[in-house]
Amino acid sequence: MIKVKINGQEQSWDGDPDLPLLWFLRDEAGLTGTKFGCGQALCGACTVIVDKEAVRSCITSVNDVAGREITTIEGLHPTGDHPVQKAWRQVNVPQCGFCQAGQIMQAAALLMDNPKPSHEQIREAMSGNICRCGCYQRIENAVHLASTGV
Amino acid sequence: MNFIDNPGKLRGFEKNIKVEKVSRRSILKGLGVTGGFVLAAPVMSRQAFAYETGAGKMPHGVVVDPRVFVAVAPDGVVTIIAHRSEMGTGVRTSLPLIVAEEMEADWSRVKVQQAHGDEVKFGNQDTDGSRSTRHYLMPMRQIGASARTMLEQAAAKRWGVPATEVKAVNHEVVHGASGRKFGFGELAADAAKESVPSIEGLKLKDPKDFHYLTKGKIGIVDLHDITTGKAGYGADVRLPGMKYAVIARPPVTGGKLVSFDPDGALKVSGVEKVMQVRGWPWPSKFQPLGGVAVIARNTGAAIKGRDALKLVWDDGPNGKYDSVAYRKELEEASRKPGLVVRKEGDADAALKSADKVIVGEYYLPHLAHVSMEPPVAVADVKGDKAEIWAPVQSPGGTREDVAKTLGIPEQNVTVNVTLLGGGFGRKSKCDFALEAALLSKELGAPVKVQWTREDDVHHDFLHTVSVERIEAGLDKNGKVIAWRHRSVAPSIASTFAAGTVHQAAFELGMGLVDMPFEIANISCENPEAAAHTRIGWFRSVSNIPRAFAVQSMVGEIAHATGRDQKETLLALIGSPRIVKPEVKDLWNYGEPYDSYPIDTARLRKMVELVAEKGEWGRQVPKGHGLGIAVHRSFVSYIATIVEVAVDDKGKLTVPRVDTAIDCGTYVNPERIESQIEGAAIMGLSLAKYGELTFKDGKVEQKNFDDFQVIRMDESPLITNVYIVAPGPDTPPSGVGEPGVPPFAPALMNAIFAATGKRIRALPIGKQLEA
Ligand code: FES
Ligand code: FES
Repeated sequence: MIKVKINGQEQSWDGDPDLPLLWFLRDEAGLTGTKFGCGQALCGACTVIVDKEAVRSCITSVNDVAGREITTIEGLHPTGDHPVQKAWRQVNVPQCGFCQAGQIMQAAALLMDNPKPSHEQIREAMSGNICRCGCYQRIENAVHLASTGV
Repeated sequence: MNFIDNPGKLRGFEKNIKVEKVSRRSILKGLGVTGGFVLAAPVMSRQAFAYETGAGKMPHGVVVDPRVFVAVAPDGVVTIIAHRSEMGTGVRTSLPLIVAEEMEADWSRVKVQQAHGDEVKFGNQDTDGSRSTRHYLMPMRQIGASARTMLEQAAAKRWGVPATEVKAVNHEVVHGASGRKFGFGELAADAAKESVPSIEGLKLKDPKDFHYLTKGKIGIVDLHDITTGKAGYGADVRLPGMKYAVIARPPVTGGKLVSFDPDGALKVSGVEKVMQVRGWPWPSKFQPLGGVAVIARNTGAAIKGRDALKLVWDDGPNGKYDSVAYRKELEEASRKPGLVVRKEGDADAALKSADKVIVGEYYLPHLAHVSMEPPVAVADVKGDKAEIWAPVQSPGGTREDVAKTLGIPEQNVTVNVTLLGGGFGRKSKCDFALEAALLSKELGAPVKVQWTREDDVHHDFLHTVSVERIEAGLDKNGKVIAWRHRSVAPSIASTFAAGTVHQAAFELGMGLVDMPFEIANISCENPEAAAHTRIGWFRSVSNIPRAFAVQSMVGEIAHATGRDQKETLLALIGSPRIVKPEVKDLWNYGEPYDSYPIDTARLRKMVELVAEKGEWGRQVPKGHGLGIAVHRSFVSYIATIVEVAVDDKGKLTVPRVDTAIDCGTYVNPERIESQIEGAAIMGLSLAKYGELTFKDGKVEQKNFDDFQVIRMDESPLITNVYIVAPGPDTPPSGVGEPGVPPFAPALMNAIFAATGKRIRALPIGKQLEA
């Protein structure tokens, strides 16, 4: 039995310990905000925060995060008003929106680590997250806005 | 006022969709609602429309009926139906916003509800071809105006005053003389009893009174849900007792399963079943490819189980498909005459007598859509009833195809449309929903079929592969007197009919035969090309290779004649006029030519505007270059200037992009900007990396590591968008697709300016490194 804490709640799993966290979150725990985009740590759609770090849940097994604290997009802020989320709405970032949960989690992790990133640092930190719709300019602006106060 | 008859239809999904919670039951009762009235284009009078569109010619035409699209609840909440699919263009916001505008509804009190697939009821729902605003701007205004009129009439009756004395203003109807008011909610029941006014008599709002339209101040309706993880995509649907499936499909198009051994898969923890899925022979439109499905308690287990399957395939007739050899075939075909699809003057003779002939042979390989959300669908089939939840661009077509595939009546199929995590044309083909339907039927349980990214790359309906060969003949003054353009590419029609070797009219009309230049001798030809994989619509379709070739050739002519690119382009476009190409069955994106002619004045204006705003001719640093291109597609006009920087190692960056678009009358400029910003990224992706190759019939790429797209660190630093409308009565035209085609040629022209290297085969790949 593996125990993990997701968005502050204890959850347990007694199935395949190698199950990628992504599918545990989505299919077993019903937290569908975290998305599947590639399964190979290439796109960032599945990004969650484990303790204080952005992690690709598609290549992280449930076993890898045993006893750790996981935050998904659903748990980032109780009313959805994390500065990154607010900035995203102010800039009207999304097109289809499918990549955005991963983008937001990546940005939130970046700002935890570096509250005032430069444009170059934003571009570098966010480059693991693909947006096929091409919202990059707005994502960059929104991260910048979140870091300077929404 | 009514009225949506099916608000609770989104079972298992409603948590994510803003469904109006107020009961409408009491109002619905006394209603005696009759059927909506369906309008086909021929009966739409010119006065009513101010312009004609091809909307009525689409399957099931247009339905203009407030009773189908609008509901007002007693608490004043207005629910508006979105009947097109949201894949990122903002259509789920823009179309309801038009209705709200005309009915004077307060947007903060409007809820948007997604229509299920039912084209008899809602009219055509195909969300493709950059058509939604183009076809629905006016019908949505009329629906809103009808609803407003009904509310006004109800209020006038209650007060016993003539309807002309009352006016809807911001979610209320007011009587000017007495200052009395009723909220929309208070009038809901009475308004529902009013008859629907005739379209001809409707008074539309004066554009100067618009609160929302053309302002661009409204965020998309799903913004909060998207930023909090609550937005519901196809993959997010969960039903009680639902199984999770992935499918191993034949690796070669047209191949089939010989045998399989399920044992390894069945040993995987969480796997419950392995079963064969029916496949159809190629080509068979959107029917599934068949294969072996692994059914599990979660997607992770299903994927692991599939990896453990032992599979033997027969590769079939396309087992030798090889991109390198095929390119040679296309090139050779382009060097010989082909079917003449446009002929003006005598291009052969003029090329012979020309002082100079410039030849460009341009290659654009297969492209995959790779929408961020790979194909996925949920189906629940019980007896002769089927319910589908899927991110489909064609809910009506999906309903039809599910019914046919299962052999049940269409009215027994419900297609619930989720949000689409990108579409780009891929999700116009509902094979993934058909797979889910077949599996659910056999399992007797609801099932979700999830495609992995590898599945998506391997079994896409690909953008075609093409060679575009242009020969331009110049007289001794450098004037172009002859133009021969041969386009060789397998057609989308090959996905529908075996043996197709020529492109369809709708493909020829995308930048080949509609070429707008003022040249005396023109020959457009289409040599034969047979398909060896599934070809389908990809955002902008044939306009991508055509604009790439034609606009690159303009750059080549500019260089050969020592003239400025922009001046060369304007000289080729020639005088302001309506172009009338001598073409049988000219495809004009389905639009009547009178409303949507090829207007070179508008084309010229885009070139001039982008040149002015984008500071054409500005000094750029060493290693930088500017390129320009213009293209009309989806009946919109769009021009782009790209500034590129190429360093001494051949590394390319894009410091700035400027784009001007004339898409006629528009609704939401903020979403137009976002489409154009995104189009630049997609254009850069395909120019830099876009290539899917085949070896032994199989796609060689797998995922985002070998089929790359642009990431933030290489995206343009600045993208400026300039939107113009020629006048209030200009018919609306496309936005979702037109942004892509001019990007690649503008970039190629910029690269030439920066480096002197002319790239004629995409992607750029390592070509600049040499
Ligand atoms: S799904 Fe995990 S990085 Fe793409
Ligand atoms: S918004 Fe569609 S992939 Fe990013």
